[in-house]
Amino acid sequence: MRIVIGEGSCGIAAGAIKIHSAIEKYAAEKDIEIGITGCNGMCFLEPIVDIYDGKELIKRFVRVSESDAERIVNAVENEDFSSLSDIEISDEDKNFLDLQTRIALRNCGKTDPESIEDYMDNGGYKAIKKVLKMSPKEVIEEIKFSGLAGRGGAGFPTWFKWSAARKSAGEKKYIICNADEGDPGAFMDRAVIESDPHSLIEGMLIGAYAIGAQEMIVYVRAEYPLAIKRLEEAIKQAEKAGFIGENILGSGFSCKMRIKAGAGAFVCGEETALIESLEGKRGMPRLKPPFPAQSGFKNEPSNINNVETFANIAWIIENGGSEFSKLGTENSKGTKVFALTGKVNKSGLVEVPMGMTLRDVIYKIGGGIKNGKSFKAVQLGGPSGGCIPKELLDTVIDYKSLSATGAIMGSGGMVVMDEDTCMVGMAKFFLDFTAEESCGKCVHCRIGTKRMQEILTKIVNGEGEQGDIELLEELCGVIKDGALCGLGQTAPNPVLTTLRYFKDEYDEHISEHRCRAKECSAMLKYSINPEKCIGCTVCARNCPVKAINGELKKTHTIDQNICIKCGMCSKVCRFGAVSIG
Amino acid sequence: MSEYKSDLTKLEKVFEEYESNPENLITILQKAQEIYGYLPKDVMYKIGEKLKVSPAKVIGVATFYSQFRLEPMGKYLIMICQGTACHVSGSEKLASAVSDYLGIESGKTTSDGVFTLQKVACLGCCSLAPVMMINGEAYGRLTPEKAISILSEIRKKEAAE
Repeated sequence: MRIVIGEGSCGIAAGAIKIHSAIEKYAAEKDIEIGITGCNGMCFLEPIVDIYDGKELIKRFVRVSESDAERIVNAVENEDFSSLSDIEISDEDKNFLDLQTRIALRNCGKTDPESIEDYMDNGGYKAIKKVLKMSPKEVIEEIKFSGLAGRGGAGFPTWFKWSAARKSAGEKKYIICNADEGDPGAFMDRAVIESDPHSLIEGMLIGAYAIGAQEMIVYVRAEYPLAIKRLEEAIKQAEKAGFIGENILGSGFSCKMRIKAGAGAFVCGEETALIESLEGKRGMPRLKPPFPAQSGFKNEPSNINNVETFANIAWIIENGGSEFSKLGTENSKGTKVFALTGKVNKSGLVEVPMGMTLRDVIYKIGGGIKNGKSFKAVQLGGPSGGCIPKELLDTVIDYKSLSATGAIMGSGGMVVMDEDTCMVGMAKFFLDFTAEESCGKCVHCRIGTKRMQEILTKIVNGEGEQGDIELLEELCGVIKDGALCGLGQTAPNPVLTTLRYFKDEYDEHISEHRCRAKECSAMLKYSINPEKCIGCTVCARNCPVKAINGELKKTHTIDQNICIKCGMCSKVCRFGAVSIG
Repeated sequence: MSEYKSDLTKLEKVFEEYESNPENLITILQKAQEIYGYLPKDVMYKIGEKLKVSPAKVIGVATFYSQFRLEPMGKYLIMICQGTACHVSGSEKLASAVSDYLGIESGKTTSDGVFTLQKVACLGCCSLAPVMMINGEAYGRLTPEKAISILSEIRKKEAAE
């Protein structure tokens, strides 16, 4: 039997490495194999320890702690797991995986990301062997047949980009993977690279062969050290095995591969900005056309796809484009990976067929809203996307339906919000982000996002005025029309969707100086309920600005002129006497 | 430039490995930051000279990307995640409590050189939200009180040494 520990970034953050060492300690000199795997997507259950018998998963233990290591080892040794029922995964939680359809994540959490043998044992590098016997045109046809569209957000047909790069004349061609995953709240690409780096390599190889590229470059965020380390190792293994380099598998096709670590700039997710960054410059977008397929990296034809897009490629070649296009809806084929987070019970990485409703993802897979609160909105597409309200929970996941709501499919961030989230605050959060990340090249984005951010700040501080909403709307239109690249053109989306679905919250902030989520502290008023206050003095003693008056055993009062609305009194009161309005 | 006197010989190895190709500017700056902990001005001038790129361009690149620091870093780098999941779980309150406790803004270092505070984009531990990371170790499901008690432990430890 084999003990396998889930060691993706979130597993490690939850303590997987400590558990690994503890298991190693107890298993020393015993005939027990210990292995690692990446992220199976069940972040809410980390750290996770799996027990395998051969290739079969026989037990899964969750929220494991270091102190469980000894009894896990003993149970494996005695092949008796009856004493571990308290940490065994529940049937209800098993649902989380059972309801998914995994293609891009097919190996994540199953295979050892640091072993090429394990990848090959599970069908890896078969697709590239098949491809090398096909013509590049046939490869592109197969991808066209699958209906695969770019998973980075824009949803552009992958075959079309490949075909354009193939047809472009150039001395050298490049295939580039965009792994500069910058959306706050999204970690799909990181999980794929950390958990299954070879599927990215194989997908890129197939793309390189199809367009006739001589070099593959992965542009990955520097904030993903583990992903970089595992990918570096995987590239070395693939070179050694003859999948990367000169005359690959005797086919006459040659292609090199390297990693370029980004340095932290959201705009580098835009493909022309990414190319500028690859060339060692400030990551500022270029005017299009020419498109990268005609003139990209070093002015040579270049094709850029996202990690998830590449992770689907080998599967499509292996199983056929028609198998892939069986999944999904009329206009969106296959599956999509989402990072499901926020106020949802089961947060993690999910891969679902296109056409599933948002409700099913959030309630059936995600297990509904935390702490019995009520659902308010779900945010898709990060700073370029929008908030979808309760009434539209039955929207199906496909490019067209999501765009119709004003949000976008995006790269896969799916953040769930409950009644305690202020939607104006949410819009401000994203505008703070885009204003900070705007590269400054075009006026509309640089100054427009700044002005929007200022207006939103005013509103959440209780200083909103009549006319602010109209001004915001006007700015949204101008920025959308005038910005040079996708970052600016989509920056108004968080504001537009919250204005569309939650305009009453904006109105309340402006006209009534009220935040119904009680999040905008400037608008809160703390007061003490005389019926509940017993005069214990705890609040008065803890108030950092001495705004609370009152004698022992007598009702206390808060001086509103001094109160800084820090909430300390409400936190320390044991009688629930502090009301927030 | 007189206020900086970095040991520039340490850069030689980096130049050897990455040649003098302007395309490698970002990578060279990353390596330089690994060596010096930040990017001193004389180091940036030296890199420009070697790559035949103007100092303005080098500094332009260094200030464009959030990874690069132009000031020395404290012994403990505190990163507070500002991802969306952390935001909805109260990261703003967390960040302002830590900032108040240390008496510094994001991007700055305490005068004793112990802590550097940085608000960062998503750290990717969304299920542990809100999260802060201290020298690479993640602390999850934090409240302002928990975060401050972690920091005061470190302070005590440092004071004892």
